[in-house]
Amino acid sequence: MSRRPGGAATGAAGDEQGGWGVDEISVQYRGRLALDRITLHAATGQVTAVVGGDGAGKTTLLRCLAGALAPGSGQVRRPAARQIGYLPGSSGTYPDLTVRENLDFRAAAYGLPAGQARERSGDLLERAGLAGARDRLAGQLSGGMRQKLGVIAAMLTAPRLLVLDEPTTGIDPVSRSGLWWLIARAAASGCAVVLTTTYLDEAERAAAVLALDAGHELAAGTPDQIVAAVPGTLRGAVGEPPGEDRRRAWRRGGRWRVWDPPGTTGGGGTAMEPDLQDAVTIAALARELGTAGSTVTGSTR
Amino acid sequence: MTGSGPLAVCDRVSRQFGEFTAVSEVSLEVGAGEIVGLLGANGAGKTTLIRMLLGLLPASAGKVLLFGNPPSRGTRRRIGYVPQGLGLYDDLTPAQNLEFSAAAFGAQRRELPASLLPYADTQVGSLPLGLQRRVAFAQALSHQPDLLILDEPTSGVDPLGRARLWETIAGAASAGAGVLVTTHYMEEAGECSGLVIMAEGRVVAEGTAPEIIGTARVTVVETPAWAAAFGALEEARMPVALAGRALRVPGATPDEVRRALSGAGGPGARVHEAPATLEERFFQLALPRSTTEESA
Repeated sequence: MSRRPGGAATGAAGDEQGGWGVDEISVQYRGRLALDRITLHAATGQVTAVVGGDGAGKTTLLRCLAGALAPGSGQVRRPAARQIGYLPGSSGTYPDLTVRENLDFRAAAYGLPAGQARERSGDLLERAGLAGARDRLAGQLSGGMRQKLGVIAAMLTAPRLLVLDEPTTGIDPVSRSGLWWLIARAAASGCAVVLTTTYLDEAERAAAVLALDAGHELAAGTPDQIVAAVPGTLRGAVGEPPGEDRRRAWRRGGRWRVWDPPGTTGGGGTAMEPDLQDAVTIAALARELGTAGSTVTGSTR
Repeated sequence: MTGSGPLAVCDRVSRQFGEFTAVSEVSLEVGAGEIVGLLGANGAGKTTLIRMLLGLLPASAGKVLLFGNPPSRGTRRRIGYVPQGLGLYDDLTPAQNLEFSAAAFGAQRRELPASLLPYADTQVGSLPLGLQRRVAFAQALSHQPDLLILDEPTSGVDPLGRARLWETIAGAASAGAGVLVTTHYMEEAGECSGLVIMAEGRVVAEGTAPEIIGTARVTVVETPAWAAAFGALEEARMPVALAGRALRVPGATPDEVRRALSGAGGPGARVHEAPATLEERFFQLALPRSTTEESA
């Protein structure tokens, strides 16, 4: 596809850099910026997590990457539509079809021979605990089973880019473990996987993380890079911090943590090393308080 | 009144639905100032247990006591409850929601917290989810309940917002309330003073996170060739999980893992043991007892 100056451009040339992604994309939605110059690199054979709360822009970003939405500006690098497996947040399976019919339909829509599709899905269904549910209607599956079916359907055509919108939200830890096995298997087979989540302990399992807040980048890079790029210092305190410190404090694990921006001297408490959860919390605090250096970005991009 | 005894007691509580046992001989206590985390897979019996505590469902066997008494409308008044669906009326404003719940419980009407005042006259249904969640919390706390019951309270919330919600929960506990909270996320389990893990209707572990993890260990494989290593371990039917660029294998020793790898991790592969995470220990506890999903 051609690149139009000033507008959004897409291209399949992205894989030269070993992956796909978006460069400096912005999206306007109902008069506000849903995404503000967001860059994401989705490396092949790797899981990239986009983390943020409701309204952060995660779904908009994934829709742009999957080709379901054209950004107002910036560039999208993605493979041809048939090489993208996309699981939207709103399920991605047909409730009135059985598990088998859902997969057959997907295979037919992508021009994959039925025999080949069944061979490919058989092992995935078995390992995901769905083998005995082949003839059940997707609408009658539990939430966890339905999500696993959605991911298997998205993986069925062996896509080069797998885009999963909140695959594990509301899913219990046992089903989540099955979903992560499928995700790891896709990455191990050389697929670039991008998924969204609201939980950092889940994002920590990815090789790279992008944290969004209200359409802005809060932090990006490998978990280690994000932690290393935290501005200022972190200290722990036992009691609720008084005065001005309280605005830069939050409670975690029954104790208080206080962030001191660069150039400030800390009050009481003991210095501590931030982890990924602290780093993203600090980035959100910095943004909330309007402190300089509010993006915590690693150096990979 | 409460005296010094626990706020909520389940004593060998069971609940049958026809042939199906949803909750089987569960005992737990929530004391003043405690935050008890209830963990379990779907179908483990958490929601049934909560419904019995709320007095919405009688126990088939065993004893449920709230503030020393069987569940009733009177005990319900002393409970603040945030269900998964938040339980707000979308076409009422936050102030009207609070007013309604105060009237329903026969409690004194409370003011909205300052942070919600700018939205006092907006219909709840048109507020962003994060704000709706704060309204649900304000409503659950508005009658200064002695016991808070929270069902996945921070679902969909960003990390800073989640920290703020936990400040509210911990603040209520510091003021003497007892809290029972369910979550699917182990990072939240660290906010609890004690944990109860349920599987198949039974309590399979309880204590603090370090107590539950105990000496459980996993084998970690660190290698640039992680994809090949993943394939080899998968071939050996080992329960391998991806963590960044490392692989974690619960339930197998480093020697077993090395044998399964048989060089697939490349010359630079590092195989070593590490303490299990709470989530990994959770699977050990929850999985052997749970039936496979297809028969559920």
